[in-house]
Amino acid sequence: MQQADRQPKQELVNISRLIDENSLKEKLILLFTKWEVLLGILLVFEFILFSNLSPYFLDYFNLMNSTFNFMEKAIMALPMIYIIMSGDIDISIASIIALSSFAMGYAASMGMDVAGIILIGLAAGTLAGMFNGFFVTILKMPAIAVTLATQSLFRGVSQAVLGDQAYTEYPKSMAFLGQGYVGDTLIPFELVIFLFLAAVMGFILHKTRYGRKLYAIGSSREAARFAGINVSRIRFINFTLMGLFCGIAAVLLTSRIGSTRPNIALGWDMEVITLVVLGGVSISGGKGNLFGVIMAIFLLGYLKFGMGLINLSAKVMVITTGLLLVIAVLLPGFLDGVKARRKLKSQQMASTL
Amino acid sequence: MIRLQSLRKITQRRDTSLIILIVLLLAVVTMRAPGFVSADNIQRIVNDTSILVMVSLGQFFVILAGGIDLSVGSVIGLSGMAAAMTNQYYPGIPAVVVLLIGVGVGLVLGLINGVVVAYGKVPAIITTLGTLSIYRGLTFVLSKGQWVTAHEMTDSYMRLPHGNLFGISNLIWWGVLVSVLMFYFSGYTRRGREIYAIGGNKVAAKFVGVSEQKIYMIIFTLSGMLGGLAGVLWTSRYAAAVNETASGFELQTVAACVIGGVSIAGGSGAVPGVILGALFLGIINNALPVINLSPFYQLFIQGAIVLGAMLINTVSERRREQELLKGRQR
Repeated sequence: MQQADRQPKQELVNISRLIDENSLKEKLILLFTKWEVLLGILLVFEFILFSNLSPYFLDYFNLMNSTFNFMEKAIMALPMIYIIMSGDIDISIASIIALSSFAMGYAASMGMDVAGIILIGLAAGTLAGMFNGFFVTILKMPAIAVTLATQSLFRGVSQAVLGDQAYTEYPKSMAFLGQGYVGDTLIPFELVIFLFLAAVMGFILHKTRYGRKLYAIGSSREAARFAGINVSRIRFINFTLMGLFCGIAAVLLTSRIGSTRPNIALGWDMEVITLVVLGGVSISGGKGNLFGVIMAIFLLGYLKFGMGLINLSAKVMVITTGLLLVIAVLLPGFLDGVKARRKLKSQQMASTL
Repeated sequence: MIRLQSLRKITQRRDTSLIILIVLLLAVVTMRAPGFVSADNIQRIVNDTSILVMVSLGQFFVILAGGIDLSVGSVIGLSGMAAAMTNQYYPGIPAVVVLLIGVGVGLVLGLINGVVVAYGKVPAIITTLGTLSIYRGLTFVLSKGQWVTAHEMTDSYMRLPHGNLFGISNLIWWGVLVSVLMFYFSGYTRRGREIYAIGGNKVAAKFVGVSEQKIYMIIFTLSGMLGGLAGVLWTSRYAAAVNETASGFELQTVAACVIGGVSIAGGSGAVPGVILGALFLGIINNALPVINLSPFYQLFIQGAIVLGAMLINTVSERRREQELLKGRQR
C-alpha cells in the first residue's frame, strides 16, 4: 500500500487501463492465445508456405486425394478424445488394427462375403476394446500398463499366426470402402465417413449428458463419482468405442491397401495421440474440444503431404510428429502461465486501487 | 505357528516365488530338451540377458518414481549408432573412449527426457512417447540409413563384450557391475531412498524436503546412461549397428520390472526382483526354439506374461491393503 501511494496516480490509471479485461487489446490477446485459433493460423501459414514451395500443393484433386493417407488415423482420434478427456490413455490401438485386420484376412481366406468380413473386423476391434476396458475398469489396473501389455498381445496374435506371411486375397468389391469416391465427385468415401463420425462424436461430446460427464470425470474422477456418475461404466464404454473405431479404421485401411501383414499400422498409437493432444485435449483430462482436434488432423495431415511433396524423408516426418507431440503438451502450460500472470497482475492492480 | 507364518512370508516374497518359477520353468524345458540346463547353456542365457538386465534396472527407477520410459529402445539405437560410427570413422580412438562417448550420448538423451518431464511438467508417458520417435528418427538421420557392419569395426571395440575374465564373458561382468551398483544405489544411498519416497507418496515426500524435480532428472538421466551403455555393448556384441537396433525393447524392460514385482503405480519393488524378472524373460526367449515354438510367438507370449504378472501384482497389492486395514480395525 505504501508503495502504491508513492506512485503517481496517473500512471496507475494507465496501467489499470492496459489490463482492462474488456479492452480490445485484451480481447485480442485472449482470442489469439486460444488453442483452436492458433491452430487455424498455423494451418493458413502451412498452406501459404507449401503452395510457395511446390506448385502441386494447392490443387483440388491433390488436396482431396491426400486425405486418404490420414483419414483412418483421424477416425481413431475421435474416441481417443474421450479416452484422454477422462484421464486415461490407450497405446494398444495400432495393435487392435493389426488384430482386426488379421481377423478380416482370416475371414476372407475362409471364403466369407464382404459383409461378413466387415462384420468380423468390427467385432474383433470392439472385443479388443472391451478386453482393455475390462482390465482397466473391472480389475482397476492402470490404463497405461494394461494397454502396454495388450499392445504386444493383440499384435502378437497376428504375428504368431501369420509369421512372415500375409493375407492378400480380398474380394474385389471391398476395395470401394478405402479407395472409392462419392459418386462422380473427387471426394473420397473415407473423408465422408470421417466427417459423419466426427459429427456424431462431436454431438455426443458437446451436446449430451454423456459428454458433460466426460468433462466431469476428466476434471476430477473422485468428484464425478461423488456426484453420482458411474465412472467405471463410462470408462468401459470409452474403451469399447475405441475398439469399435479401430475396427472401422482397420476395415478402411485393409480395403485401401488390400493386404494384411503383422506390422500393419505400426507406430500409429503415437500419431493418433499426437493428433488429440495437438488438438488441445489436455493429457491430465477435462479440457479440449472436437474442433481443435479436427484442426490438428488437417494441420498434421497436410504437413505430411507437403513435406512429401518437397522430398523430405519419412524419418524427418517421424521426428516432426514426435516434436509436435512434446511441444503441444509443453505449450498450453506455458500459455496458461502467461494468462495466469496477467490475471494476477490485474487483480493486484484492482486491490491497490 | 510363528514358524509357519515366517515360512509363508518367505514364499510370498516375489524373489522367492520367482526363483521357484524359474526352477520349474527350467525343469519343464529340460524334460523336452535334456541339454538345456548345462553350465554352458546357462552362461549363454545369462550372457543374452545381461543387456536386458542393465536397461531394465534403468527402467526400474523410472517406474519406481511413478513414471515410465518408453524411449529406452530408441536411446539404445541412437547411442549405439553414434558409438559404432565413431569407431568406424576414427578407428584410432581407444574402445574405452568410444564406450564413454556412447554412455555420454545416452546421458544427454536421458537428460532431455528429464528436463521436459521435471521442468516442462509434461507427463513421462507423453514425453518418452515423443522422444521414442524423435530419437529413432535421429538415428536414421545420423546414419543416413546406412549400417555399420563387422568389418568396419575395430577388434578392440568388438572385444568390449566378447572378452573373457575368469572364464566368464565381459558382457556378464558388465551386467553384474551395473546390478551391484544399482542395488547399492537403491537401498543404501539417500537419493535411492528418495526415489522410493517420491513413488510412494509424492506429497508426503515433498513435505519432508525431497525435490521432485531433482529426482526426475536423476532417474531419466540414469535410464539414459544405462541405455547408452547398452547401446555400445549391443552394437559391439552383434558386430552390427542397424537403424532398428532395439526397437520395441522398451516393452521387454517394462516386462522385466513388472514380472519382478515392481508396482506400475510406483513406490514398490526392488533390484533383485527386476534382475530375476529379466532372467525369467531371457530363459523363455531362449527356450522357445528348444520346445519347437516359432520365434513369431515371442510377442504374444511376452504380452500374455506381462498382463498375467500385472494381474498378480494388483491382486497381491490389494490383499496387502486389506490385511493392513484388518490390522487397523483390531
